[in-house]
Amino acid sequence: MFALVKKSLIFFVLLFIPNLIIADERKFNLGKIATKTEIAGWDIDVRPDGLGAPLGSGNAIKGEEVYAEQCASCHGDFGEGIDRWPELVGGEDSLDTHDPVKTTGSYWPYASTMYDYIYRAMPFGVAQSLTYDETYQVVAYLLYMNEIIDEDFVLNNKNIGKIKMPNVKGFLIPDPRPDIANVNGNPCMQNCNSSTKIIGKARDIDVTPEEEKS
Amino acid sequence: MKKNKQKELKINRRELLAGSASLGAIAFSSKVAYSKETNLDNLPPNVPEWTGELGEGVDANPYGMPSEFENNVIRRNVEWLTASTESSVNFTPIQDLEGIVTPNGLCFERHHGGVSIINPKDYRLMINGLVDREMIFTLDDLKRFPQTNKFYFLECAANGGMEWKGSQLNGCQYTFGMVHNVQYTGVKLSDLILETGLKPKAKWVLAEGSDSSGMTRSIPIEKILDDCMIAWAMNGEALRSEQGYPARLVVPGWEGNMWVKWLRRLEFGDMPYMTREETSKYTDLLPDGKARMFTWVMDAKSVVTSPSPEKSILYRGIQQLRGLAWSGRGKIKRVDVSLDGGKNWQTAKLHDPVMSKSLARFTLPFEWNGQELLVQSRAIDETNYVQPTIHELQKLRGVNSIYHNNSIATWKVNKDGTVDNVRLG
Repeated sequence: MFALVKKSLIFFVLLFIPNLIIADERKFNLGKIATKTEIAGWDIDVRPDGLGAPLGSGNAIKGEEVYAEQCASCHGDFGEGIDRWPELVGGEDSLDTHDPVKTTGSYWPYASTMYDYIYRAMPFGVAQSLTYDETYQVVAYLLYMNEIIDEDFVLNNKNIGKIKMPNVKGFLIPDPRPDIANVNGNPCMQNCNSSTKIIGKARDIDVTPEEEKS
Repeated sequence: MKKNKQKELKINRRELLAGSASLGAIAFSSKVAYSKETNLDNLPPNVPEWTGELGEGVDANPYGMPSEFENNVIRRNVEWLTASTESSVNFTPIQDLEGIVTPNGLCFERHHGGVSIINPKDYRLMINGLVDREMIFTLDDLKRFPQTNKFYFLECAANGGMEWKGSQLNGCQYTFGMVHNVQYTGVKLSDLILETGLKPKAKWVLAEGSDSSGMTRSIPIEKILDDCMIAWAMNGEALRSEQGYPARLVVPGWEGNMWVKWLRRLEFGDMPYMTREETSKYTDLLPDGKARMFTWVMDAKSVVTSPSPEKSILYRGIQQLRGLAWSGRGKIKRVDVSLDGGKNWQTAKLHDPVMSKSLARFTLPFEWNGQELLVQSRAIDETNYVQPTIHELQKLRGVNSIYHNNSIATWKVNKDGTVDNVRLG
């Protein structure tokens, strides 16, 4: 009996005490423990695998209404972008051309990023005002306009991490730099082979802001 | 007669000062009508007007501002670049600055949802995810951690981004001014996580701002533990609101977008979060349509700040060429200057202090007698990386990368001393 108690004690000491010690190892005893409610209010990010996507759903049919009301004044009725506000639709097969068009459809690798960004930062100036369902609806509408899903496809927290975006394989990691030839610290100093022909002048382009004349 | 004239001048000056005072805070920003001409009455052997009267007393300006004669030294933006000023950028007037410290009010601004104004009493930093203890800190809590003070440059990855296809903006400020250099005071993240603990699976950190854009970037844990800090002060005073007051992230040597301002949360996770800023933006498109991702380091770069498009040569004879150099990989080792478009180079003087991941100042005296010059500078950092030409970069990356243009610029000094941003080829 005593042996058993002793054994249990040892077991307890070995298994639980170390954990308790780690948990109490606050070096400076600053700050406070965050509650689950506090974290839930601020932890709004959504990862490519869908982690963080809040409970909710929406399709493009409903999304069209939300989009028309909340997004179209800047991004255009069809995601074409008004003035210098970003284009959201189109641009397929343009990335390797002289004038690439980077939209959610042609460039963005993950649908999760669309949800994350629209919820946290849009509509511009009224951030974090859309409901979860409205956000799913708008994302579904953009995916539909980019011909990635059908108009009645119901986007939700379970499947947002599974949407295959056209440009998901369009990105290269890791960073290959330094990618230039001269990394030996010893560049040419005299009579170097450098063209001194002027092929362009900013003054001729004439887009530099003018100073007010006082 | 002369006395009377001086008195008249004094009265005018007083009226002007009184006028400025009544205008209050806007007096400085408006263009005060001080003469740009030299007043011979103030020159020897005459007694200058300011000697014969008392100046303002202490506390006339409880927070001092630059001399009114320097009111041209300001941040400037390029209106056509962006759709709104709330999601836009302006540029540091580096051509007008000396040494390596950027004054706080001149540090360039880049906002994605305008400047948030945060009462420090309402500031909270949340740390959650793969830590032993998910925690919340106040600003006062952060200030009780061990403190670190470091100079670092911050450069936007798109600095010089308009110049990929050719010389476009005729200004040193517009082509190189998305950089600043200040001394930060804050807490190292390696100290902060002693309080929260760290789970072994934590490999990435999501840094999140509380501004209207909810700015977010993923940063690998190795960098976080190496030299990242949360700063609450710059150049000895609290952060300016436009630089993230009351607290921002400092990610030394890496692109400015990652230095999240108005920092509210750090989440530790086991994979990158692939935020909008690190996928659709701040990725570098190559000619084959693929894009480089996670190109964080700012490679070595330098610029001649004078002479430059804003800094004509005004006199013949001796000149002091000045410039700035920096590298995200460490210290600047050497800067070379060419006056003939890169055919011949001489090594400039580097001024102390030369610090890792900080701007360094260089100068080089030269004679000018009205001849045309093609002025260039070339930085070499302690890893022996040599700042490339635009043609070297274009050969590898094309012209649609937008970001990470660290190429050598060419300023053409014309016969009349004016200076042009030109492209050689």
